[in-house]
Amino acid sequence: MSPQQALDTGTAVRAPEDLTMAAALNAAIRDAMVDDPTVVLFGEDVGPLGGVFRVTDGLYAEFGETRVSDSPLAEAGIVGTAIGMAMYGLRPVVEMQFDAFSYPAFQQIVSHVAKMRNRTRGKIPLPIVIRIPYAGDIGGVEHHSDSSEAYWTATPGLTVVSPSNPADAYSMLREAIASDDPVIFMEPKSRYWSKASLSLPVQTEKLNRAVVLRAGTDVTLIAYGPTVKTALATADQAEAEGLSIEVIDLRSLSPFDDETVGVSVRKTGRAAIVHEAAQFGGYGAEVATRLTERNFFYLAAPILRITGFDIPYPSPKLEEYFLPTPDRILAALSTWEWS
Amino acid sequence: MSLNVESTPLTAVLAPPPLRLIDDTGQAVAENESGGFTLPAVDTLLGLYRQMVIARRFDVQVTALTRQGRLATYPSALGQEACEIAAVAALAPQDWLFPTYRDSIALLTRGVEPKDILASFRGDWHSGYDYHQHRIAPQATPLATQALHAVGLATAAKLKRDNTVALTLLGDGATSEGDAHEAFNFAAVWQAPVVFLVQNNQFAISVPLDKQMACRTIADKAIGYGMPGYYVDGNDVAAMYAVVSAAMDRARRGDGPTLIEGLTYRIEAHTNSDDPTRYRKAADVDLWRSRDPIERLEKYLVAQGALTEGVRASILAAAEELAATTRDCMTEQAVVDPLELFEHVYSTPRTALAEQRAFLAAELAGDALASAVATEKSTR
Repeated sequence: MSPQQALDTGTAVRAPEDLTMAAALNAAIRDAMVDDPTVVLFGEDVGPLGGVFRVTDGLYAEFGETRVSDSPLAEAGIVGTAIGMAMYGLRPVVEMQFDAFSYPAFQQIVSHVAKMRNRTRGKIPLPIVIRIPYAGDIGGVEHHSDSSEAYWTATPGLTVVSPSNPADAYSMLREAIASDDPVIFMEPKSRYWSKASLSLPVQTEKLNRAVVLRAGTDVTLIAYGPTVKTALATADQAEAEGLSIEVIDLRSLSPFDDETVGVSVRKTGRAAIVHEAAQFGGYGAEVATRLTERNFFYLAAPILRITGFDIPYPSPKLEEYFLPTPDRILAALSTWEWS
Repeated sequence: MSLNVESTPLTAVLAPPPLRLIDDTGQAVAENESGGFTLPAVDTLLGLYRQMVIARRFDVQVTALTRQGRLATYPSALGQEACEIAAVAALAPQDWLFPTYRDSIALLTRGVEPKDILASFRGDWHSGYDYHQHRIAPQATPLATQALHAVGLATAAKLKRDNTVALTLLGDGATSEGDAHEAFNFAAVWQAPVVFLVQNNQFAISVPLDKQMACRTIADKAIGYGMPGYYVDGNDVAAMYAVVSAAMDRARRGDGPTLIEGLTYRIEAHTNSDDPTRYRKAADVDLWRSRDPIERLEKYLVAQGALTEGVRASILAAAEELAATTRDCMTEQAVVDPLELFEHVYSTPRTALAEQRAFLAAELAGDALASAVATEKSTR
């Protein structure tokens, strides 16, 4: 786990409780709204229902219509109006409900959210958090399981992060809301119900840093969001086979923590990246390339990508064949020449 | 075969006459035909006339500079002065304006210096004025996107209980965009203090309005969103000012948004890279030149005895002075710093950008070796 400490907000540290990632995200938004009256929350079904994943549960009742509101069902409208609100001094936190439903907002995000600070020479910052539940492994119907991170990481001006556990979910969302930069906050749906015992408010590693979740000596296995659990399971399985895997949780996809990952790769000399998104042009391509450029002479083998296939996300009965598994990862690592 | 309906579009058949307070001949319309709006006072109209004349001189000057190759591009608003000036005149100091690329004269009228307006068109940076000082958002290039920003800002002002209203300018083509629909709908549902002013200049680059929509008027769409809509003669600054002012008052009272369509005409090409002879007749342009918004008001003001030769001369002198200022600001050497490219992307410095900045700095210093070393270091 990331190093945990009480968040320095003046808020009293609460007794430890078992929290799901969804509950931790809920607490992060709530605490941010208590601490900062400019934080507002809106999107589809985030009001009385509390969001389709209940991440905003209870917030409408606590803060009322002026700060928590259901919006019309239109994602460009949600992001576009958030831009205007941020221009007027608010800190909007908006929800896209599902990864593939963020695409109507693509123009507002890419042409305005990402560029406003730059085109106005810093005069109009946009402190907006766009929460996007993403990825699969939940038996979702079509358009409910996309991994859309590469669209956002390819866009200068955006900060793109993805927590893998409840502690990071809380800490990273608090930091994202406090940031003056727009943040694409990608929440792995399959991890919403994962639990941890937390004393909130908790502060883990800084938002822009990767962490070594498990130390190892033979291979650096890089993951983020939903595949961190897969990577940890792979390391457990490998240990039984005598292979020592170091697992890195990237946490921040943009910026990429070259330092933390570089140190690990130069130590192990072998690296692989795991993600659910398709391989071609995917986020792993950037990771493999930059690690190779910067660490070529330390590498004993080419960097591997263990990812979803280059196909649209499959239907529920077929997703198990699509998602990277520990066996598939270990099989890939075994293709390296080990001397 | 055409995808467009072959029958005569409804727009041609059923469009009502637009609301006007001063007709083509410069006569005030009868009170019972003025839609309940009052003709603004002569002093107000004289002020609007002055601003229109100055704005046109600026527009003509900038178009000339563009033809000389001294600006990258300039979308002219020639012929649309009544809409542009009425919009700005109706704003209170605390209000926000959300303009498009075609609305440079609105910026000018709200007090932005020519050199700051031209910063983007001469290519210094994407946008170049003080947004908070003037309360003007950056000019939007993607169509209709700024309408949503206006709704968001207006909603934020409402949440903060400020009496700020947002006014956004749109073109007729932009109303085909999904963002326009979403903005109209969000504004009405949230009862946002916002005014949408669509300048129907009848062309989206080359495409005429009857290929954008099949309804009578853009203003008619307002009823579908649950807000009032007004179809106004966009070359009658008196009507435009009266209707926009009423809509601003309505928004300020907390009664929600209004959609206004100003029927006007884009006399110039879309930009200097356009060739309008391919899609419209010279006779049509001549017809609309004869409906000039400035000449119309001039006839009225002269008849009222408000526009004397002395007043006219002083206005023209002010316009010439502004044209000279505009030319002068082109001769100033714009300071562009390549290293500023990295300055405003993120509030938190990024290592990768610092490396790329160092690379460019070394390259600029003409130091190929240092540049290579910077690259090499950055790959370590």
